[in-house]
Amino acid sequence: MVHAKLSLRQYLILGSVALCAPLGDTCLARGMTAMPPLLLARPVALLAAVFTPWVGAGIVLLIGFFSSYLTALSWADLTFVLPATAFGNVIVALLSRFWLHEAISLERWAGIALITLGVGFVAQGPSLTERPSPATQEARSR
Amino acid sequence: MMLPVPLALPGVRPAAWTAAAMIAAVVLASSTGEISIAAAMKSIGDLDAIRARVGVMGASRAVLRSPFFFAGVFFLAVAFFALLLALNHLELSLVAPASASLTLVTNAIGGKAFLKEDVDWRRWAAAMLVGLGVYLLAH
Repeated sequence: MVHAKLSLRQYLILGSVALCAPLGDTCLARGMTAMPPLLLARPVALLAAVFTPWVGAGIVLLIGFFSSYLTALSWADLTFVLPATAFGNVIVALLSRFWLHEAISLERWAGIALITLGVGFVAQGPSLTERPSPATQEARSR
Repeated sequence: MMLPVPLALPGVRPAAWTAAAMIAAVVLASSTGEISIAAAMKSIGDLDAIRARVGVMGASRAVLRSPFFFAGVFFLAVAFFALLLALNHLELSLVAPASASLTLVTNAIGGKAFLKEDVDWRRWAAAMLVGLGVYLLAH
């Protein structure tokens, strides 16, 4: 495996993958819990929820996540990108602790430490499995 | 006439067996979706380079021409509805951490088996550590 070095733009895309998913989920949760209970028998009310500010912001963030995720998978391995996605949970937990002053249990601090350690392991290694070009494969088969 | 089929293995409570099956459905559908989408993006190539060459519309067309992409979206939709079904029967504090952490491990196995990624000791360790970390964080 050859170390494929990432550019600043690629690190920013990984950052976008990590941040957009948990922030989008948080916006959706905030928007949906603020609404009165919705019934499947009234789908118009469910559709109207899409146009409320928090739910709309959540959808925009999740579209941002999906496009960044697809871009990242086009130049990095799945087993490299996924830990970066999980690191977003750590960022949200730290924001809730230091910005919203919520309490974090010892169990959650342990979870944050393990995810950070895991992401550190992956970040030390190559982002993409190097495959021999067709010309090299042909030369080897001779 | 249908014979009664036990929902649990001997010695395992039916509720635990059903819960495990529901979580397994979420994990398998989710991993199949992620691996299909990763396979699609690998076959298309670097999206940044494609976007620079033919613009955003050209890059979108390249993605939308891939059958693997649609297979991935289909399986992710199946995973979403399997998650909704699981949440209807089980507690969120069990379903969310269990499915999120197990998916990381099955993705590492699928990445090695189907995408032929070079999953070295660092990536195995990361899958295990992040999986356990997500479980603790979401529990």
